[in-house]
Amino acid sequence: MPAEIYLNVAVSGILTGLVYGLMALGLSVIFGVVRVVNFAHGEMMTVAMYLAVVCFSAFGLDPMIMLIPIAAVLFVLGYLLQKGVINAFVTGPESTQFLLMIAIAIIIVNVLLIIFGPDARGVQTSYAYDSFAVGPLLIDATKAYAAGASIVVAAALYAFFRFTLIGTAIRAAADNHTGALVVGLNVQHLYAVTFGLGAACVGAAGTMLILLIDVTPALGPAYTLLAFIIVITGGLGSMPGALLGGVLIGLTEAMAGLVFTPSAKSMFGFGILVLVLLFRPQGILGRKT
Amino acid sequence: MSALLSLVDVTKRFRGLVAVDQVSLDVAAGEICAVIGPNGAGKTTLFNMIAGGFAPDGGTITFAGQRIDGLSPDKICRRGIGRTFQLVRPFPGLSVEDNVIVGGLLHRTSVAAARERADDLLRHLDLHSKRHQRASSLTLPDRKRLEVARALATDPQLVLLDEVLAGLRPTESDRMVAVLKALNRDTRLTIVLIEHVMRAVMALASHIVVLHHGARIAGGSPETVVRDPAVIESYLGADTPL
Amino acid sequence: MGRFDIGLSPRGLTLLAGLLVLLIVLPWFAGDYLLTVLILIFYFAYVGQAWNVMMGFAGQLSLGHALYVGLAGYLTAVLFIDLGIGPWLGLLVAIPVTMVVGAVIGFLALRFGVTGVYFAILTIAFAEFARIGFDHLEIVNGSGGLFLPVAQHESVDFWLLRGAPVMFYYVMLAATVVALVLCRLLLKSRIGYYWLAIREDEEAARAAGIDTFRYKMGAIVVSAGMTAFGGMFYAFYYNNLFPEQIFSISRSIELIIGPIIGGLGTLLGPVVGAFLLTGLAESLNTVLAALGVDLPGAKQVLYGVCLLFVIIALPGGVWPWLARRLGLAEKGT
Repeated sequence: MPAEIYLNVAVSGILTGLVYGLMALGLSVIFGVVRVVNFAHGEMMTVAMYLAVVCFSAFGLDPMIMLIPIAAVLFVLGYLLQKGVINAFVTGPESTQFLLMIAIAIIIVNVLLIIFGPDARGVQTSYAYDSFAVGPLLIDATKAYAAGASIVVAAALYAFFRFTLIGTAIRAAADNHTGALVVGLNVQHLYAVTFGLGAACVGAAGTMLILLIDVTPALGPAYTLLAFIIVITGGLGSMPGALLGGVLIGLTEAMAGLVFTPSAKSMFGFGILVLVLLFRPQGILGRKT
Repeated sequence: MSALLSLVDVTKRFRGLVAVDQVSLDVAAGEICAVIGPNGAGKTTLFNMIAGGFAPDGGTITFAGQRIDGLSPDKICRRGIGRTFQLVRPFPGLSVEDNVIVGGLLHRTSVAAARERADDLLRHLDLHSKRHQRASSLTLPDRKRLEVARALATDPQLVLLDEVLAGLRPTESDRMVAVLKALNRDTRLTIVLIEHVMRAVMALASHIVVLHHGARIAGGSPETVVRDPAVIESYLGADTPL
Repeated sequence: MGRFDIGLSPRGLTLLAGLLVLLIVLPWFAGDYLLTVLILIFYFAYVGQAWNVMMGFAGQLSLGHALYVGLAGYLTAVLFIDLGIGPWLGLLVAIPVTMVVGAVIGFLALRFGVTGVYFAILTIAFAEFARIGFDHLEIVNGSGGLFLPVAQHESVDFWLLRGAPVMFYYVMLAATVVALVLCRLLLKSRIGYYWLAIREDEEAARAAGIDTFRYKMGAIVVSAGMTAFGGMFYAFYYNNLFPEQIFSISRSIELIIGPIIGGLGTLLGPVVGAFLLTGLAESLNTVLAALGVDLPGAKQVLYGVCLLFVIIALPGGVWPWLARRLGLAEKGT
């Protein structure tokens, strides 16, 4: 096969990987701060994807425009979920939290199944078939926009944590729960904000992903798993790690799909996961706890 | 006569901080040895190395003539060293009796035999009436005695007690001291304890080792140690009532 | 979650005995529909109990148990279809193989210090591996599915497990009873005590002389081996196997909901959980059918809600709460 095909597939994989990275970023942020393993992460993303589909088919609103509103809706949902339900279990055994999120995931997937049915739903924008020619590369417009938006959102999140007061407070609470309480921070509220932000990431990622992939309810668990693979590979709790992991997984998936059969591509993801868990559990950029 | 437990130049570093600095000590069989010193002196780190929590960076630990440094905690328990934890760790969801049965099963294969041993120990430690209660529902003093019972159920030759009197009122503390003394006298159980309660240390120990900043600064009989000027300066203070 | 097991009071024991007698004579006056529902209940009670050994007793969370169901199912099925070896003989192969697979996963996880949530994710990964792998495996016809020859309904061949629902009913009932007895014996033995200690506090367990690696491996291997029987039953009862279905993560999750709702770590929890869930599901189906509404996914929403409810309101599970309320619990438990 000519080199261009490899190159194009690789670039395509990297771009998709950036969207994956944004999704995984949300998971990493939630775990890094609230220490909750969000097993409903992919399911939350499918909620965003379906929202985007509805906005498009009912009101003709392009996902790129709906990026911020949908992310905001997911923020509110995440905030309420954390404050209302999850918070009571933050100090409990981690297996209980995990099972709690599994229960929520089951409910989300099947409610979506009831509402939307099992068939795939997608978004057909006017620019769906556009592409940019950059040298030997032919880049899909949708992939470029999606990847670009993901980078912007990730940067905004980074800036938030670095430069705002509330972002700093959250980092403090993550570092030292009791210490934060002692200095008077409303840790419950901060946790809820963080969960909301993680949900917003996933909401943004989902709104972008619908441009690339059609949604079915079954996508939820598949992407939850993918998010975990990315985050564990890149380093749980590391923001750059999530993006790096996303790009890596996007790349390997694309290349594996090209070199081997498409259906076996997720096996590579799992292979990487097992290797990382065994040999470098803190991930590429993670810190050993 | 060679010591039952022998530490030679044991050292432990944590990323540049020397937590334990070439500490040597010998504990004879049947002896009660107290390790004292200010907080942060390295006492619990020392214990953790003896009990197998982590390996020393230097030096050797010998028990009953065999090297035990670097062995895992369960292997060390099987060799005959029992331990309690500074922050008590009973098995919260199990009953008091079941907690001790777990210890007793180390050298007994039948649960019935372990239960017999457990009940015997619980009577000694005054917990028999509470034996069916869940461990998590016990008060702190009771939980401390439970941990001692569980450690004793493994039939150790030597037991490491980490601040087993902390948080106890004087009467409870005296009670525990009496129990430990009786055990040592009746079964020749060797006891090494970390303690801050000087009254208890003086009542129990026949041999005291003092640590400060990770190093051993004094050691010997209680009378000599408490009069040692270095010890008084670093830990006891001139006005400590004894 | 699920601590202290509930001993049975005299009233409780009588009730259990009565229930057992009822279940034994039930086929005489029950229709096939009720039998199939009960078969499903026993199946979930059985595999739930097998999973409970690992999680409820030894504290290791596996979210990939469908791996063992699928492996054993496919193994016994292939042995039957290609070599004419009956399911019971097939188990002599399937159980050891499944235990070895469990041992490998356990070894990898424990030797490399993969615990807690990471361990759970590792188990998911292995199950997914199997799912995708079997999809491409020629010898089992990949994603096309493997079909067992469906025998006559009237002739009951116990040896080849071909026959009417009644036969499957008794097989699964017996298996569930055997599993319960086995688990009770284990729980009351030295192994059981050590498992509970490890579940409660692994470091303290080590300080009491327990070789935690060995006993955790034991739980994983026993759990896998027990589940293998469930796999064989699945294959010979449903007569068709698809990797997408049998290895899927929703299957793995489905089989853990029962024990969690019933009562993790308790002996009767998985049984109570299975009865509750399947009973609720069938009631839901009946209601929906009566309304003429077809809602795929409604059953799972119900499961999710029940799980949520139990986690929030009844963390020890329904069985301990129920037992205490109805006076079925031994005094002091």
